Amino acid sequence: MAVSILPPASVRLTDVSVDYSGNPLFDNLNLTIAAGKTTCILGPSGCGKSTLLKLIASNPDIEYSGTITFSPPDQEVSWMGQNDLLLPWMTLHDNVMLGARLRGEVSRSTEEKASVLLRSAGLAKYELALPAQLSGGMRQRGALLRTLMEERSLLLMDEPFSALDALTRLKLQDLTVSMTRDKTVLLVTHDPLEALRMGNEIIIFSGTPADVEIISDLPGKVPRHAAAPDTARLHDSLLRKLMRENHESR
Amino acid sequence: MKAGRIITLAIMLLLVWQLIVLISGAPPYILPGPWPVALAIIHNWQELWPHLQTTLVEILLGLLIGSLLGGSSALLMTLSPLLKRWLLPVLVISQAIPVFALAPVLVLWLGYGLASKVAMAVLIIYFPVTSSFYYGMQRTDRDLLELARIMGATTPRLFRYIIIPTALPSLGSGLRVATAVAPIGAVVGEWVGSSSGLGYYMLYANARMQIDNMFAALAILALTSLSLYFCIDALITKLHFWESPKELIHEKTY
Repeated sequence: MAVSILPPASVRLTDVSVDYSGNPLFDNLNLTIAAGKTTCILGPSGCGKSTLLKLIASNPDIEYSGTITFSPPDQEVSWMGQNDLLLPWMTLHDNVMLGARLRGEVSRSTEEKASVLLRSAGLAKYELALPAQLSGGMRQRGALLRTLMEERSLLLMDEPFSALDALTRLKLQDLTVSMTRDKTVLLVTHDPLEALRMGNEIIIFSGTPADVEIISDLPGKVPRHAAAPDTARLHDSLLRKLMRENHESR
Repeated sequence: MKAGRIITLAIMLLLVWQLIVLISGAPPYILPGPWPVALAIIHNWQELWPHLQTTLVEILLGLLIGSLLGGSSALLMTLSPLLKRWLLPVLVISQAIPVFALAPVLVLWLGYGLASKVAMAVLIIYFPVTSSFYYGMQRTDRDLLELARIMGATTPRLFRYIIIPTALPSLGSGLRVATAVAPIGAVVGEWVGSSSGLGYYMLYANARMQIDNMFAALAILALTSLSLYFCIDALITKLHFWESPKELIHEKTY
């Protein structure tokens, strides 16, 4: 079901420093986001997780020093945030095609592609519905499809499921994994279980300026089952680690 | 239900009018009752109709030009922060000068014809339209703008698909106010100097002590303004289809 045309991209941050209101958020941060994998970033609020996504998305409001390089170079990204940001005046189908509309690239093939995506996410019945007529989970699925519709080689997701109930969140995690296989995904989350279910790699941010710890030897295939012994064990050790760091940072 | 409420309200207002006439005992040359005014409308319709046309054209042209000017100013201010710093004071000045005081000047400059009345209406509605549209556009969600930037949106399409629809509810409020006040501009313009229009007809009838005719013109003006308001209100509600109007407080709660 994965939609991928472009080869996945990797991102390398070299000596990146960011100041936020005079406080250093990153101090000579060095980090590589692996190509074709889902990397989850975990950490407490205010440690710079979302800022990292904004940096990679070239947000003009963020000033930084250092270099951010993509391989292959000149990559474009797509973005999904905590709010679905669906336009209330457009049907779900038009919302999924928003990028094409905003660039003036609407054609029969883009329309058809949006319909195929909606069908694959079980939303075919709601193509012509307005966002106000949809549940929170459906809306967030729509936002995911809008992100995938962009066919970018790097997907940035900033706590995309944090506003959803537990069951819908699990379903959307599975859907996202199945639809983003072989893509480079950088997903920021508060939830260690989400990171464990979805991530090929987990990066833990702690303290300010941020210290980084990378866990890359995660066993098994994603999406991992929440109740699987390996996942449960890792969840426990991840929670202990986060609580220890949270305690130390206070 | 809605039509029934409007008819009931109209009947009640007419009754109150008639009651005031009866209680005050005012002579017909001071306050005629609803019936003589209705008769005056019927008898003088041939005479009133051209005046109504004149005033209606003034109001509609004023609304159209004022909305276009106000809308363009708001768009320009949104597109260029530098221009905004220059235009915003002009906007405030346009409100600081009492527009009614400008009426004689406008008649002097633009003559007794249509232009001076349209200019009055334009001046009155320019501010509500511009400010409501401008501040409506300013309320666009920053995350949505960032999403559009990442998607590579072109500026005209960003306005068409995101910024202008965001501003529509606010612009709608501005346009409703504009529709309600535009007739004031047109009529004041007619009072200062004109040879046709309902405002002119009111002065003409007043000077000849034809008070029922004066009230007939006033009633037609009120009906025209109301109809115009309801048309614009319906149009805006239709354009703003994704949000049905809701009361803030549930009626059954209190």
